[in-house]
Parts: sequence; structure tokens; C-alpha cells
Amino acid sequence: MKLVIEASEAVALGAKLSRVKVCPMYPITPSTHIPERISDYIFDGEMDAEMIHVESEHSAASAMIGSILTGSRSFTATSSNGFELMYEILPILSGMRLPAVMAIANRAVAAPINIWNDHSDSMSARDQGWIQLYVESSQECVDTIIQCYKIAEDKKVLLPAMMCLDGFTLTHVFENVDLPAQKKVDSFLPSFKIEDKLDVKNPKTFGPIGFPDSFMELKKQQQDSMLNALEVIEKANKDYAKEFGRSYGDGLVELFEMADAEYAILALGTICGTAKAKARDLRSRGKKVGVIKLRCFRPFPVESLRKAAKSLKGLAVLDRHISLGAEGPVFTEINSTLPKIKVFGYIAGLGGRDVTLDHIEGVFKDLEKGKQSREWLL
Amino acid sequence: MASVERKESVGDLKKGKIELTRGAVIRNPGNITDYHTGSWRVFRPVIDQEKCTKCSTCWRVCPDAAIFVDKAGKYMVNYDYCKGCLTCVKECPVKAISKELEQK
Repeated sequence: MKLVIEASEAVALGAKLSRVKVCPMYPITPSTHIPERISDYIFDGEMDAEMIHVESEHSAASAMIGSILTGSRSFTATSSNGFELMYEILPILSGMRLPAVMAIANRAVAAPINIWNDHSDSMSARDQGWIQLYVESSQECVDTIIQCYKIAEDKKVLLPAMMCLDGFTLTHVFENVDLPAQKKVDSFLPSFKIEDKLDVKNPKTFGPIGFPDSFMELKKQQQDSMLNALEVIEKANKDYAKEFGRSYGDGLVELFEMADAEYAILALGTICGTAKAKARDLRSRGKKVGVIKLRCFRPFPVESLRKAAKSLKGLAVLDRHISLGAEGPVFTEINSTLPKIKVFGYIAGLGGRDVTLDHIEGVFKDLEKGKQSREWLL
Repeated sequence: MASVERKESVGDLKKGKIELTRGAVIRNPGNITDYHTGSWRVFRPVIDQEKCTKCSTCWRVCPDAAIFVDKAGKYMVNYDYCKGCLTCVKECPVKAISKELEQK
């Protein structure tokens, strides 16, 4: 079914199509339209789920621990400081190996208070053991929420996943969406079954203490599963393409005009659209330029990136976040992944600042000259 | 980011008698006796049977009930559960218990 909808609604429809059973949610701009749409579906009887009106995001994340342990597929959405309030529970969900799925409508973290987009919320949680996928379009939102459950619930993974979509520049933008049929989603994503669940007839202990003699082994299990997720994400992308006819690169990175590119920009989320438009423009003027969209930031797809950047002369990374006192976090990791390639790091689009075609052209010019003229795209 | 050869452990791990399930779920609650807290010990108490008067002070003060009397009537330490608090060493009226550093 073809629709013209906001990305927020696409996210909500993705959760509905995934037959989510429990949604503990607390609204915060710019993620608010997601719980609004979900409560519409539940009230209208279109979605068989429980919406828990929690008193805070901390409770939203906490409620998911309980709901998933009863064997209920669970979903929430948040942004910015609301996400920060969940922070304590993020590593508990991942450490307890609970396949929660959450949409982050990316928004700058206060202070100063700012409701607009950057990646400072989700990027600051990159070490909390969650899979992180960054999306670019409304269509990708529907498809990725469904894939997130497929990935998170895979026995080789069993980790929570967050899908990050840019606040306003995506959440509030109306686009064409080809909505997958429920029947096909049901066959792609079977109902959720949890191996160890809360059951009075068969009591188990969840979330016990991990002493120094076992803590490292348990963390290594998490790391191994995180790395397993790389191939599971690729497979989910491939299987989804077979069923629904759409794919996003190899599921980890998506390449645009990279076959013979000498210079490229690497970014996450909606910046990629602007970068692709400029790359197309420069291509028409004979420049060999391309764009690498990093769809999956956790786990970090080292091999896919090395393959993509193999013959590049220069690469620019646009970070929508800065690790204050250091540099852009994506830049740091790309730099250590590609030691043989000259990589420039730029800080762009913080707190909703536009990233323009001129910015992108300037970055490509820097790459061509082999000299970075500035670090901040102000 | 160095690409290091990694060994996959998809399922659960065994560590001693304890099954390390993913998420540390305990599938057989009440299994605390399987967990040997003796591994926490830094010093081990050692009872000198020659000096021991069998007054039972150590047995009474041990916070982990890790002192027991064997069939021959000797006071012994259960090293599976003794955490090495050394209360017995301190309280023994005839100084029959000494401490030794655990070394690996």
C-alpha cells in the first residue's frame, strides 16, 4: 500500500506491523508523534497492544525489562534528554540480553535547550551494548523497525537495537512510503519467543550479581554477540530485499557512486541525502566523488568500510556530534579503521544547524586539495 | 580498529560448576551452594590440630558457617566457602589458627 506519511508515522506503522505487544512510552519532542500514532492505532482497535503511560523515560525503559521477560515484543521511542534519563537502564537491557527496540528521534542534548537535530543523544550511548542503525528516509524507517526485531531477537544476537532517525529533518517530513503487507511481515518476522521468561510455575532468577570471576566472561558473550550481529544485519537486509524488494547497501553501509570514486564523504542519516545530491552535481562536472552512508554504527562494520574505501584518495567524515575535548566519534573510529587513507573530520549540523550543499562542496574541495580548511561547518 | 581473530561463543559458557547463561539468567534458583565463594579469599586460615583445644570458638564466630567438625572430631575449614575473613584467627584463644596468603 502506498502512503504519503511522516517518518514518525512510518516508525509507528513499523511497530504495528511488527505486532508489538507492549509500548511503555513517554513523549518528548521530536519523537512525540510516534507514541501519538501508536495510541491512535490501539484506541482504534487496529493494534493489539498495551500502551503503558509511564511517568518518565527511566520508567519506560525499565518497564520494557519486565514486558520482554514476559515474552512480549516491546517498543518505545524517545529523544535527547529523555533518552539521557533512560541511560541507567540501557546497559541493563543489553546486559540482560533483552531484544528491546527503540526509535530515537535524534535531538541535541541540553544545555542550551534545543529541540532540533543532532546525534549527541544516541552517540553518547554508543558503549551501552545496543545495536545502532541510522536511517535516511521514511521508507527506511518502516523497513528498519521490522528488521530491528528480526536482528535483535536472532539467537546469535539477543541484544537490544535502537533505530536513530533525525529529529524534524526526518521525523516531521512527509514522504512516499510503500507499506509492506501484514501477511508478508508476519512471515518475515515470526512471533517473539523468549527462552527464559518470567513464569511463576518455573521460577528463574534474572539480573543477578556478576562477581569478578564471571563478569568478564559475560561481557565477552555480549561482545561476541555484537560482532555476530554484523552478519545477522546483512542477512536481515538480504532477506528483506527478497521479500519486499528493497535493500540498504549491504545493511551495514550504503554506497553511492563509490565504484570509481577518488574522494568520498561519510555520514549518517539525512546528511547523506544532501551529500548524494552534491556528489551527483559534481559527477556531472567530471569529478569522481561518492558518498558512504554508515547505516550501522554499532556494531562497527570494519570490513565493509575497508572494502568501500579501498581505492579512495581521501575521505571526509561528517559528525553530527562532538565528543567534547576530543573530536567527532565517527571520525575517531573511521580514522583507526582506515589507517592508509587520509581522513578529514568535520563537525556539522549540531543543534539543527543546516548542512548545506555549499558545505558539502567545500568539503569535497578540501579533499581534492588534500588540505582541510576548517573543522566546524558553521 | 584492529581486526583481531575472534573466537565466537554463541551459546552459554560453563565456568566451574556454574552455567554462565546469556544475560546471567539463573535457571535453577537456589543454586548458591554451587557457587564457591572460597575463590574470594586472599588469606586462608589454617588450623594447627596440635594446638587446637576443640573449644568451638571458631565454629561459633565463623560468619559463613565454614568451620565444621569432621568424623574424627577435628575442627576443619571448608575452603569451598571460607571467604578468608580471618575472624577465627583473631578469636582463637590459643592461637591455633594461622593465616597463609593464597597464591596462584
